[in-house]
Amino acid sequence: MSQEFKVAQVLDARGKSCPGPIIALKKAFKNIEAGEVLEVQATDPGSVEDFKAWTEETGNLLLDSRSSGGVYTYYIQKSED
Amino acid sequence: MSDTLNQEETLEQQIERIVNQQVAKALDSQIIELKKQLQAPQKKKQARKVAIIASKGTLDMAYPPLILATAAAAMGAEVQIFFTFYGLNILRKDKNASLQVAPIGNPAMPVPIPNIIGMLPGMTPAATKMMQGMFSKHNVQTIPQLLQDAVELDVKLIGCQMTMDVMNIKKELFVDGVEIGGAATFLKFAFDADVSLFI
Repeated sequence: MSQEFKVAQVLDARGKSCPGPIIALKKAFKNIEAGEVLEVQATDPGSVEDFKAWTEETGNLLLDSRSSGGVYTYYIQKSED
Repeated sequence: MSDTLNQEETLEQQIERIVNQQVAKALDSQIIELKKQLQAPQKKKQARKVAIIASKGTLDMAYPPLILATAAAAMGAEVQIFFTFYGLNILRKDKNASLQVAPIGNPAMPVPIPNIIGMLPGMTPAATKMMQGMFSKHNVQTIPQLLQDAVELDVKLIGCQMTMDVMNIKKELFVDGVEIGGAATFLKFAFDADVSLFI
């Protein structure tokens, strides 16, 4: 059951190694508004735990994470600042 | 007479009723205000602080402080790195792209090299080349790139005044945005830090 999200922006962090994906994520989050959803694609297997930790720490919402063919896709909703 | 008394009582009662109402109203609004104040700090928590000392200048040891600093900053933390002794090389424009790793006395190298061979000329550049190759194969950023990220993420970079003087390193050799300070500068920040690391 793959739910569709209204995605405001897509961030391609494929190929980046730790801490590349979360640095890219932090930068991309500056450009979206509260309530909007950012889709992030990454290939770093460490990003699975890192994205969970990042969203918990920053108070943003990890709506869903999927993995297919070595690519991890995350849907993160920006909370109020 | 009794009529007047009744009237007085009624007046007192009236006053009491009105006063009670006003007090209750004032208390209600105060309670609402206090509740708001109680919830406010939970919503807007203070940024975490991460204090790191970078004291090593080899390629392998330059990575951990920069990776942790940039990751912490990306997670919203306020981060300071205090560069001291060989760690100052990480800040140097003329050196940070060519930091090396030595195979001698390092049994943990991916391909262990006996010390007697590791001591031969050319072995340190060879081991460095191998490690650089491994990093780039996995798209790990270079030290200058990570340093650039750190600056962009507002990580505060502090060069240790004393070791700069001892090793005759001038501030002009550093990348832009480096501040100079001493032990107390770092400690003042580290006293309140959630994470303190010596690397």
